[in-house]
Amino acid sequence: MNGPLLEVDGLTVLLDVEGARRAVLRDVSFTMRPGEAVGLVGESGSGKSMTARAIGRLLPRGAEVDGAIRFGGSDIGSLSGAALRRYRGQVAMIFQDPRAHINPVRRIGDFMTEALRTNLGVPADQARRRAADMLAQVGIEDGAQRLRQYPHQMSGGILQRIMIAAALLTEPRLLLADEPTTALDVTTQAEVMAILDGLRRDFGLAILFITHDLELAAAICDRTVVMYAGQIAEVRASSLLHEDPLHPYTAALAAARPDITQTAHRLRAIPGRPLSAFEAPSAECAFAPRCPHVRDICLQALPELAELDGGLSRCARAHELRGQLQEVPRA
Amino acid sequence: MLLASLLIASFVIFAALYLAPGNPIAALSGGRSLPASSIAVLEQRYHLNQSFLAQYWYWLDNVLHGNLGISITLRENVSTLLASRVWTTAGLVLYASLIIAVLGIGIGIVAGLRPGVLDTGTLVTTAVSAAIPAFVAAIVLILLFAVRLGWFPALGNGTDLASNVRHFTLPAVALAISSLAIVARVTRASIREEGEREHVQTAVSRGIPGRKVIQRHILRNAAIPITTVTGITIASLIAVAAVVEVAFGLNGLGAYLVQAAQSKDLAVVQGISLVLVTAFVVVNLLVDVLYAVLDPRVTLGGRAQ
Amino acid sequence: MSTAAPLTVPRGPGAARRGRVQGALGLLRATGPVGIVSAIIIAVAILIAVFGTFIAPYDPNLPNLSLAWGSPSGGHLLGYDFQGRDVLSRLLVGARTALLGPLAVVAGSMAAGVLLAVTAAWRRGASDAVISSGLDILFAFPGILLAVLAAAVFGAGLTAAAIALAVAYMPYVARVLRGAALKERSQPYVAALEVQGASAVSICFRHLIPNMMPLIVAQATILFGYAMVDLAAISFLGLGVQPPEPNWGVMISENQVGLAQGYPLPALIACACIVVVVIAVNVLGERLFEQAQRAYR
Repeated sequence: MNGPLLEVDGLTVLLDVEGARRAVLRDVSFTMRPGEAVGLVGESGSGKSMTARAIGRLLPRGAEVDGAIRFGGSDIGSLSGAALRRYRGQVAMIFQDPRAHINPVRRIGDFMTEALRTNLGVPADQARRRAADMLAQVGIEDGAQRLRQYPHQMSGGILQRIMIAAALLTEPRLLLADEPTTALDVTTQAEVMAILDGLRRDFGLAILFITHDLELAAAICDRTVVMYAGQIAEVRASSLLHEDPLHPYTAALAAARPDITQTAHRLRAIPGRPLSAFEAPSAECAFAPRCPHVRDICLQALPELAELDGGLSRCARAHELRGQLQEVPRA
Repeated sequence: MLLASLLIASFVIFAALYLAPGNPIAALSGGRSLPASSIAVLEQRYHLNQSFLAQYWYWLDNVLHGNLGISITLRENVSTLLASRVWTTAGLVLYASLIIAVLGIGIGIVAGLRPGVLDTGTLVTTAVSAAIPAFVAAIVLILLFAVRLGWFPALGNGTDLASNVRHFTLPAVALAISSLAIVARVTRASIREEGEREHVQTAVSRGIPGRKVIQRHILRNAAIPITTVTGITIASLIAVAAVVEVAFGLNGLGAYLVQAAQSKDLAVVQGISLVLVTAFVVVNLLVDVLYAVLDPRVTLGGRAQ
Repeated sequence: MSTAAPLTVPRGPGAARRGRVQGALGLLRATGPVGIVSAIIIAVAILIAVFGTFIAPYDPNLPNLSLAWGSPSGGHLLGYDFQGRDVLSRLLVGARTALLGPLAVVAGSMAAGVLLAVTAAWRRGASDAVISSGLDILFAFPGILLAVLAAAVFGAGLTAAAIALAVAYMPYVARVLRGAALKERSQPYVAALEVQGASAVSICFRHLIPNMMPLIVAQATILFGYAMVDLAAISFLGLGVQPPEPNWGVMISENQVGLAQGYPLPALIACACIVVVVIAVNVLGERLFEQAQRAYR
């Protein structure tokens, strides 16, 4: 397979928000290659979850979609019925709160094998064996026993691993991970990240890792997409995000995270509040009100997402500001 | 826990004898004057010369052996008097329960799964019918279907199974109507709520076909609150049946209870109260068991939380 | 219909006196036009209940058998009942027992229920366990059954029935309010007040209970509907209000014979009165309950 695995092309999603039709995603474009890990970073309201849902065909009823999403070359917006089910087998999704996302009154075995039995016609005992094997892959040894248990008998960390294992049973090519570690404590977080990374290598799985934490994304993702107010602000190789960001927002995000090795006299916050996607203006840069580098040109039109040094940036002044945006050394 | 309820309830029913103004003899006789021999019999039967708790013990012992005392008005064993009437009440309550369960849950599921005209229509209709007390429904039904249309008889029991069904239809509907509305509303709300839950999203995201999602995740989970509410609604029928029996002239336990209360036949009142309270407690127990079966997170007796 | 504005209940120490009136009106306004219409219906009914005896055009208790089952004519807008009494007057006067009885039941059971719930929630531990178990046990008695038992023991009448119903409803009220009281108890402001040295009684009465008001009001409204229906049923059975005293439930049972004889109006109109008020109460209660839940989200 030569071409890109996933192409998101000018994705715009409109929803009814408080009575009016607003854009919750505006002109989102990026690609993913097979086996690649891409981070999708942004604050709440930035549209990162919505993007994942669009890819997973899980948008709420009444959502209007413009632009295209192509998987393996074919448009997914037109899929339905059996073809849509096949697609769902290829693109798996894991969510933030595993306890809410697993049916509490059914056994883990039912949960894990449901897709296999219903969609792929795998006989129950075979499905269970595969499930137990997959559980071992994510570090749960007593798989057969776990399959008979109920979700309320396990901790959040174990449940998240189970969710990951379940997602992988249909041998997907892309995993959409929507903040899978946000609800977990730091140690469990690290374990789950390690599992995801290992799985990616073992199965050649592409991962779209959604998070609000820039550093976390950089831990396993080669490239990072930064979103703000429903638009892509920057796409960049993770390693270059800190030293050579292409958008003031990325620089601000990176600077705002407290660094344990430095002493700061004051926490760095970005002035103002994050804009939700549907509040974003359409004729100027969404970040302008909070940007320390704003000029007239930023307020004249919505900046285009332009290529720069192998990455993409939606900053009108990206060229000029090259080299000036990196983390300012603390006083 | 429920057994404790039953015990306390039986105690209260027993103690009613003493709560009544005047002495127990006056209460038992309902204010009638009795010959001395009858008074002696009563004294002996109820062990009135012994302590309060001892009397309770004897009474309870009798009850557990099926001896519910003697009716002062009819001079017969309460137990025999009740036996003939139990089936009327049981039949009525069962018929009504069937209507509530089948129609109530059915309508609720349809309304819950399909938003739109059907749903709003259901909401409005149930809002109105939930407010119709059983005796009001009885009046309207009698007027419409018995007097005006003549489809069903207005009063009395039937003679065999077929005519019984005919005679019991209007009373059962009257009894069921407001409970039906409540069950339909709760069913609809539960289905709606479950449909919004995240685990349903997970199932959808894996491509599970819609029908299976509804069956395995929405209905299965909503079954918990639905059966609980249906169960306690049915339990409440046990008391309201009395009103319907009176309105339709059925000779069930409820109608007899009212009669006995009016004629102050305390032994009968105690006997029927005991039977009805026991039935109520048993139904609640069944609901608890069902709840524990349906929800693996809960152990028996956890419903109170 | 636009969505009702969400109501925010102050999460700090209990509402000031001025704030309480505003809070009540705001709560009502938040239930939307349907809720307001229901409240108006209920208010009208209560007014009739209080002033019914003064505005009734004719003596509700004066029988005149020659006029029995007469149709509506002249000043008798609703005709005559089975004893030749004016139906409209009997309805107006009957509103008193039909509405004020339930009011007493609700007042009694809510007062007892609130006290028990707050006590259980405040003390927690052993007291809570005892109270909760006690309440669970009381659940074994359906309201109507207890009322019939009371009638058998104390004689038929409104008082006995009302007290019996209040006792039967109380465990249900206490259970619902206990949950809310527990939540309220664990709010930080309670601990702050305790530290300041405020007594348990003052905290409960001046802060805890006022903050639970939306739920208490909603619960009371819903309970009123149940009480109305149950009391009317008991009067219908002849064990509550006694004839010849007018009462909607009694009117239905008295005039039931008219159905088969072709004179359905007296019984039907009494039914209609009950149903209209109960619908209004249920609708208002449901909406108030939604508002109360939103305040707790």
